[in-house]
Amino acid sequence: MTVASQIADTPVRGVQRRAGLIGRPLVLITIGLVVAFVAIPLVATDYWLSSIIIPTIVMGLAGLGLNLLMGYAGLVSLGAAAFMSIGAFATYNLLLRLPVLPLPVVLVLAGLIAAAAGILFGLPSLRIKGFYLGASTLGAQFFFEWLFTNFKWFSNGSQSLTISAPRLAFLGWDLSAATGRYLLVAAVTALLILLAYAIVHSRVGREWMAIRDQDTAAAVIGIRIGRRKLLAYAISSFFCGIAGALWAFGYLGTADAHAFDLDKSFQVLFIVLIGGTATLFGSFFGAAFIVLTPILLDRIVLATSLTASADQGALANLQRIIFGVIIILLLIKEPDGLSSLLRRGLSGVRRRDTASRAPLG
Amino acid sequence: MADALLRLHDVSLAFKGITALNRLSFDVERGEICALIGPNGAGKSSLLNVINGVYRANTGDIVFDGVRFERIHPLKAADLGIGRTFQHNALFGRLTVIENVLAGLARHGRANFLENIFRLGRDRAERRSFTTRAHRIIAFLELDPHIETVVSTLPYGLQKRVDLARALVADPKLLLLDEPMAGMNQDEKAEMSHFVSDVNEKLGTTVVLIEHDVGIVMDLADHVVVLDYGRKVGDGTPDEVRNNPDVIAAYLGTVH
Repeated sequence: MTVASQIADTPVRGVQRRAGLIGRPLVLITIGLVVAFVAIPLVATDYWLSSIIIPTIVMGLAGLGLNLLMGYAGLVSLGAAAFMSIGAFATYNLLLRLPVLPLPVVLVLAGLIAAAAGILFGLPSLRIKGFYLGASTLGAQFFFEWLFTNFKWFSNGSQSLTISAPRLAFLGWDLSAATGRYLLVAAVTALLILLAYAIVHSRVGREWMAIRDQDTAAAVIGIRIGRRKLLAYAISSFFCGIAGALWAFGYLGTADAHAFDLDKSFQVLFIVLIGGTATLFGSFFGAAFIVLTPILLDRIVLATSLTASADQGALANLQRIIFGVIIILLLIKEPDGLSSLLRRGLSGVRRRDTASRAPLG
Repeated sequence: MADALLRLHDVSLAFKGITALNRLSFDVERGEICALIGPNGAGKSSLLNVINGVYRANTGDIVFDGVRFERIHPLKAADLGIGRTFQHNALFGRLTVIENVLAGLARHGRANFLENIFRLGRDRAERRSFTTRAHRIIAFLELDPHIETVVSTLPYGLQKRVDLARALVADPKLLLLDEPMAGMNQDEKAEMSHFVSDVNEKLGTTVVLIEHDVGIVMDLADHVVVLDYGRKVGDGTPDEVRNNPDVIAAYLGTVH
């Protein structure tokens, strides 16, 4: 390996977005859209759609929301699931109480309601930094779980405190079957990735990264730090809110506040760390890892017929331990996440591709 | 003293009882290069931090371009036209040179966030003018070859120049440079000092700079203010300061 290629291999966080997505944009985007909206619905079975693909995409979307806040703006949130639950409960109530509203409008409104809550719980970021800021978003986590379990109005007086979507339809299409739910989830996510791309490549995104890298300098050169931080909380919560609605009605079908507990918040956090901060697609790799690894471990347990010799509880715990170890190893070996691993793999292929034609400059 | 751009009057600053600045008064003329010199801990950086609002003075007031204030918010200082570089590298490390310079234009942004994100309304003109201005400054400071380089991968001397570009792009009336040549070799220092004097002459920017290399200061500056333990011990042209016995005792004497 030449020195030049070693330098090119040095991962630089936060700059991947330039190389990755936009390498050969039109080709990649077209392939992506064809796979997402033609190939997958035709090929995938209901089991794959409902149990693997839909949850991966939705959790990836939540990760993307948190990544805008953590990876780009350098802020902290331990309450991503709280904002997801707001989106879910807002969607439920809007569909129920304002049946005239079409589904896309409802999702946007639900996102905006989550955004408003995000601003409220982002206010402490104007005065405190880092670790301590986590406490305020942790507050959101506990507050909304309490709110949605103690006030039955939010679940329309349901005894079990659960919410289920009154109807999932758009322009007369029923979206309640697996393919319909998948198309809804994929379309919403595609639009939000586009939105995230526009944000990151605007003055807003640049100023977020400036604040993340050097907040004192950012203030001195005239960046409105406070406003930008609150906007980061708002936009991040907007994404998480919509992801929450999709989680409740596109994946689970029926949900209650405990579907959005602290565990879920940490899952979203791990998705960002595993996928890679400050990337648009990393979260989807992270989500695939989080969704697939437990399934894979299940299969391994079945295949090795350990079930016969050990009791179920011990096995479940063992799985968690293995899962945790994999996460730790991954973060030690690849602190920039799966997306940097993947990018290095791709650039390795490309280098071998071009090496025969031109010497490295 | 008819046309002072910056006028400090009786400025004091203390941290938990330790006096950093002690009743300091001096003027900076419009269009000049004013150098602050003094031993480590003399209060030079603290003074820059008071001028652009990172610290709040305990006493005294500052008049900048006809606006009088006792304390100022860093954003307000930026809006008034006070630009600043930093002693220790304070660039946006994971961004490229052009992105760092573009970020320096923040105070000139007029489009709201929706316009910015969806490329509507005022955003189009803003993107165009920002890009033009950033390219102009990058060319002026001869940073063109590195325009798309991530700044944390640049050599130290070039990072200092990117810091200067980021401050300069916003068209400040007053530029505060905190040790722009620290840690450089003689060639790099000469290059940087050439850029500073170019900025002053060709762009007409008033400069206040901190520098330890007395030789460079005497060549570059029109006006030298000497600080020692937060007090002013000398104030005048390089020649006047060089011959001031108090200055020789407090500072120059210790160097030789």
